Amino acid sequence: MANGCRSTWKVPMVSETKVAIKNLYKIFGKNPTGMINHVQNGISKQELLEKYGSVLALNDVNIDIPARGVQVIMGLSGSGKSTLIRHVNRLIEPTSGEIIVGGHNVLGMSKQELREFRRHTASMVFQRFALLPHHTIVENVSYGLTIQNVPKQEAAERSQQWIDRVGLAGYENHYPNQLSGGMQQRVGLARALATDAEILLMDEAFSALDPLIRTDMQDVLLGLQEELHKTILFITHDLDEALRIGENIAILRDGLVVQKGTPQEIVLNPADKYVTDFIKDINRGRVVRVSSIMDSKKLKNGPEIESNMILEDALQIISNAEVSEAIVTENGKTIGSVKLGRMITAIARPSEKTGQITNYR
Amino acid sequence: MSWFEKIPTMDRQELRDFKKYIDISFKDFSRTYGDGIEAFFDPLLYFLVWFEKLLINAPWPLIILVIAIMAWIGSRSWFVIAGTVCSFLLIGYFGMWEDTMSTLAIISICTLLCISVGIPIGIFMSRSDRLQSMVNPVLDVMQTIPSFVYLIPVVMLLGIGKVPGLIAVCIYALPPIVRLTNLGIRLVDKEVLEASESFGASYSQKLFGVQIPLALPNIFAGVNQTIMMALAMVVIASMIGVKGLGVPVLRAVSNQYLALGMLNGLAIVALAIIFDRISQSFGKRMQKHLESAHGV
Repeated sequence: MANGCRSTWKVPMVSETKVAIKNLYKIFGKNPTGMINHVQNGISKQELLEKYGSVLALNDVNIDIPARGVQVIMGLSGSGKSTLIRHVNRLIEPTSGEIIVGGHNVLGMSKQELREFRRHTASMVFQRFALLPHHTIVENVSYGLTIQNVPKQEAAERSQQWIDRVGLAGYENHYPNQLSGGMQQRVGLARALATDAEILLMDEAFSALDPLIRTDMQDVLLGLQEELHKTILFITHDLDEALRIGENIAILRDGLVVQKGTPQEIVLNPADKYVTDFIKDINRGRVVRVSSIMDSKKLKNGPEIESNMILEDALQIISNAEVSEAIVTENGKTIGSVKLGRMITAIARPSEKTGQITNYR
Repeated sequence: MSWFEKIPTMDRQELRDFKKYIDISFKDFSRTYGDGIEAFFDPLLYFLVWFEKLLINAPWPLIILVIAIMAWIGSRSWFVIAGTVCSFLLIGYFGMWEDTMSTLAIISICTLLCISVGIPIGIFMSRSDRLQSMVNPVLDVMQTIPSFVYLIPVVMLLGIGKVPGLIAVCIYALPPIVRLTNLGIRLVDKEVLEASESFGASYSQKLFGVQIPLALPNIFAGVNQTIMMALAMVVIASMIGVKGLGVPVLRAVSNQYLALGMLNGLAIVALAIIFDRISQSFGKRMQKHLESAHGV
């Protein structure tokens, strides 16, 4: 299973941007627009709170989310990530900034337009499921369609397909409280998918689940994504989860984006101490790819490794072949080689003091 | 230092004039508009009279059957039904049937009136903190002011009769349904509401699809309380001409008839317990889906 999932990681392609968040600010408190100047002049979150009693939630956030990609926003609690995702469908009004979805500014929409946008373009999955306790599973899944006034019969039929797809067949007439947490979130996911919205907003969707169920749900999501190619904005505080499902990751701290990039970029070049601390304990063998540590020396013979393979898989091949070097290929053509020693160095944990790779495990 | 020893008081003459002024203005007001206001309440009076006659003239087995069916719909419990039927048979046996029917009529109509007025007020209150802070003190006054005090202007305006009695009962019985509707809607899980909004629900879709259904247990507690409060006002309402179980109680008090007072008082208690059990178990049954623990 894990192998199947890893193969969904592709080198990000350049593609059109589906959701663009531009210069987004959010300040909670009295007179938020008046506070923007202070923030732009570089006042710190702490200072703003002490001097003016306002809370800086988002500070000049700029993120481009490619269509049909999975963008993860990561940060600890209080970093503003849940506030950020609620701006995309305007459950929270920004203090200033733009959110462009498919060429339209969400923040400029009228109430009616916004309602249509929420009904057809972006649907959301919630951390604590937020199912309607007085409705059955099938009624919950078809909730989005009911809101659109789709006839009951048709809504139930369209929902059934998603109930089956998330593996809840047979539970249609149960109530949410009769299901376990993992199953409830499957309902939440099915409810979001049932409206056929192109954008899926997932607010810490799996954070409330225990670790095994969480991995399970990640598999469900990745499996669905391979088939559906939605534009997914995924919020999490769990780095392993972020690295596992994110094609792009943005790390948020105190409302500020401290680093954006692919999982590999973040692991190999952490932007600051905060990110370094974050990535200290992760399994680098699952993130770093051969292409980033290969050299151009051509090798006559040896096992062949795809350049976008992750080190954990590449090491397996080299160790099976009982050699210390391998040929790196891309689309069937040889482009260089990689040494066993370099691969081991790359997956070692960096030393805390120097940031250099010195100690081995 | 005389002001320190004696609290400053209004001049006696001024105070008398002040009170007189209020009395006279209200008398003028009731002389000018009393008939109009009475005419406004006429349809209510006709309905009340019609409903009371209906209950009194209907054959008693039919009434007991209808009430037993209501008990079944509400509670689904044979115990409650048996208790209900027995109580009504006893009430009839001790010669209080007609008074009980009158009381039943005014209680039912008062409850309906309070629901149809109170729930919308509660909904509006839950929408706006400002409205809540304005309505709450009014509700406090309605619940705590001695009923005799607001009986004075009501009687001055509308005289003695069924309608002023009904209004007096409603003033006392309205606050719980308003408060609990407001509270119930405010207690609806914010995340569920947010989810509903994120799927593009309109205002009415949120209100009728999420807020009211999830607030129903609380709203129902409000209905229950309203019925209880209305029953508690039966005796006082009988002082201004409402027929029913209150009249014999009042007579018993002024003549020291112990048995008469006890019997009619117990009849009121029986009605209260019956309605309480029926409405409570109905409210509980409505939230069954919340209780079922996940056992899968």
